[in-house]
Amino acid sequence: MQLVKTDLAPRVSPPQQVGLWRKLSAPYFGTPGNAIITVTCLALIVLVLQKAFTWLVVDAVFTGDPATCKASGGACWPFFTSKVRFMVFGFYPYDEQWRPLAALLLFFAGCGISMGPAFWGRKLLAFWGLTLAALFCLMLGGVFGLSYVPTSKWGGLPLSFMLSFIGLAGAFPLGIVLALARASKLPVIRALAIAFIELVRGVPLISILFMASVMLPLFMPEGLTIDKLLRAQIAIILFAAAYVAEIVRGGLQAIPRGQFEASAAMGLHYWQMMRLIVLPQAIKTMIPPLVTLFIGFFQDTTLVVIVGLLDFLDTIRSAMRDPQWQGIAVLEGYIFAASVYLLFSTIMGVYSRFLERHFRMGHD
Amino acid sequence: MHAASQSPWRIIYDLRARAIFYQIVCAASVVLIAYFLFTNATGSLARQNITTGFAYLSREAGFVISQSPISYQPSDTYARALLVGIMNTVRVSILAAFLATVIGTLVGIARLSANPLLSRLAMVYVDVLRNVPLLLFLFLWYAVIVTSLPPARQAYQILPHVYLSNGGLIVPALQWSQELTYISLALIAGIGLAFPFARKMRDKRVVTGVERRRWPLVLLAVIAPPLLFFAVLRPTLAMDWPEIGRFRIAGGAQLMPEFVALLVGLSLSASANVAEIVRSGITAVKKGQWEAAASLGLHRPLALRLVILPQSLRVIIPPMTSTYLNVFKNSSLAIAIGYPDLVMVSNTIMNQTGQAIEPIAIFMMVYLSLSLCISAFMNWYNARVALRG
Repeated sequence: MQLVKTDLAPRVSPPQQVGLWRKLSAPYFGTPGNAIITVTCLALIVLVLQKAFTWLVVDAVFTGDPATCKASGGACWPFFTSKVRFMVFGFYPYDEQWRPLAALLLFFAGCGISMGPAFWGRKLLAFWGLTLAALFCLMLGGVFGLSYVPTSKWGGLPLSFMLSFIGLAGAFPLGIVLALARASKLPVIRALAIAFIELVRGVPLISILFMASVMLPLFMPEGLTIDKLLRAQIAIILFAAAYVAEIVRGGLQAIPRGQFEASAAMGLHYWQMMRLIVLPQAIKTMIPPLVTLFIGFFQDTTLVVIVGLLDFLDTIRSAMRDPQWQGIAVLEGYIFAASVYLLFSTIMGVYSRFLERHFRMGHD
Repeated sequence: MHAASQSPWRIIYDLRARAIFYQIVCAASVVLIAYFLFTNATGSLARQNITTGFAYLSREAGFVISQSPISYQPSDTYARALLVGIMNTVRVSILAAFLATVIGTLVGIARLSANPLLSRLAMVYVDVLRNVPLLLFLFLWYAVIVTSLPPARQAYQILPHVYLSNGGLIVPALQWSQELTYISLALIAGIGLAFPFARKMRDKRVVTGVERRRWPLVLLAVIAPPLLFFAVLRPTLAMDWPEIGRFRIAGGAQLMPEFVALLVGLSLSASANVAEIVRSGITAVKKGQWEAAASLGLHRPLALRLVILPQSLRVIIPPMTSTYLNVFKNSSLAIAIGYPDLVMVSNTIMNQTGQAIEPIAIFMMVYLSLSLCISAFMNWYNARVALRG
């Protein structure tokens, strides 16, 4: 009796080698349906690119005046070149516009440094305190021989960044307090926090801005007036605080109960527990959604147009309403604004995804 | 030790006493701030000779509202003008939410396509719409409609009898009559009837174990009442078809450029969010669920309905709620392009009456209560699809 198998199975040839071309083209032309989709998409892309190229380059006017732009159907570059400084800096005095430019560059440099998680810490907070003070000196003037520029002259991109950045920076501590109050065991404090958060989240930002611009002056004591810009800034801070509070609440809920119990067992009281144990862990999980929130607020600050502040979108609209250019460069202005917003939001979006990956690696 | 607990100071070491104390301080400071603001407000209102109260609501409004779902004349009251504003807000929000859901679902599915070209295109669509402010898009669409589209005489015919020109969108309209109102009410009643009907049939199936097709009977329950009414009332169905005339387009219903721009802007920007939500909802259900359903003998449509969708919906509904709420709240941007929504009507009222506090209070209350209604409805729906433990 033989138990060893001697008749070997016939050797089969390895599976058909798939050519490189077929491998690469399979997702595009693998099935008839896929091929139809691919061809349709390609046609769409070609059509859009061709239209864009014709508009931006072929039919465009590169030098000339409003009249030549009006005669042509393409993009009007002279509008852009003659108005770009106004669009970016608004009514800030022309000869002093190096100041908002310097402020913007300083701000971007600060943001660039803050993006590295290695730099996060107390020193960074101190750095931002100094930077913000420097930015205000630059913008407002009145010190170090810089001429005074009132806030009513501020506008454009620096204003948009200021409103959204200070809005979120101011909302952050307030949001933490609100979230802690909402998680509190004391019913009155919890009820007040819930009322504030749900009230603010239930109404549009416009209504808060309206309140700040129209109602707030009525509520101030006689003789006290608050700067229009400051009022909008306060409105944005209060509005953002409610949204930050919800993110912080999510972050707090992600902390295992054991951490609270362990810190209580160590004899830490409430504020020590929050400051030393809970918040440092919670903030880590909160940063990616906070960056997403910041992208949203960077876009939402455009609403200050409605209460009469000249943010970036509104300086562009003013440039388009200039009698000399009226009705000529409508699309150009909006497309420029859209590309600037797209650029900054995309950078922040990429950064947010980087942070998510970074933290995930940290946890594993 | 014993002496310390007896001392009158022990109360400041009592946690419960401290808790009560903190709460009193907190409540008192809120009350004080409110009182401070209130006295300031009454003072400044008196100084500026501004009347207070809601008496203005019953006075004549005297301003024109360019579009209104209900009849409105400048001689109507402020209250009716506000009602028009609310209805305009609700109308554009509902339409935008519906369009956003349809477009967003398609884009979300396209985003998961095996074809890299299609999924990349969908990604670009989502990124562009999410990273550019909605207000900018509203201005852009409005400018495109008003400046780039031809005048009514050379209007584009985008569908049979649907014209797009710089005067907005013109669509065929059904001439409304009293009978049609009754028939619509009957349709609503039929839908209401279908729910208990379907439940009863399901219960019967559970008891008897006999599988019967449910949908024909449920459909019958929905359409029978309006059909019955239709047969009895015999309304005349007249469509108002728009036709291009010499100078303008005659007939049909005109959707103003402001409305079209707002609707397009709101639905496109919300559709990007919906697309991301749908994508995450579909990817949240593991492939193993499809395979398990197949091995139980369910064919694909049934697996989708019984196994996949119930699980995706659980992921999809909560973020969808906030998207719908955002559509509703963002419709307030209408004021920027001049669509007479609640905020814009309130703004006009503020300018005319000089009263600021009351109109703002009214529109905030309306937004708040409608927001709460939407989230209550979506929470109810979410509870229906949620895991039952």
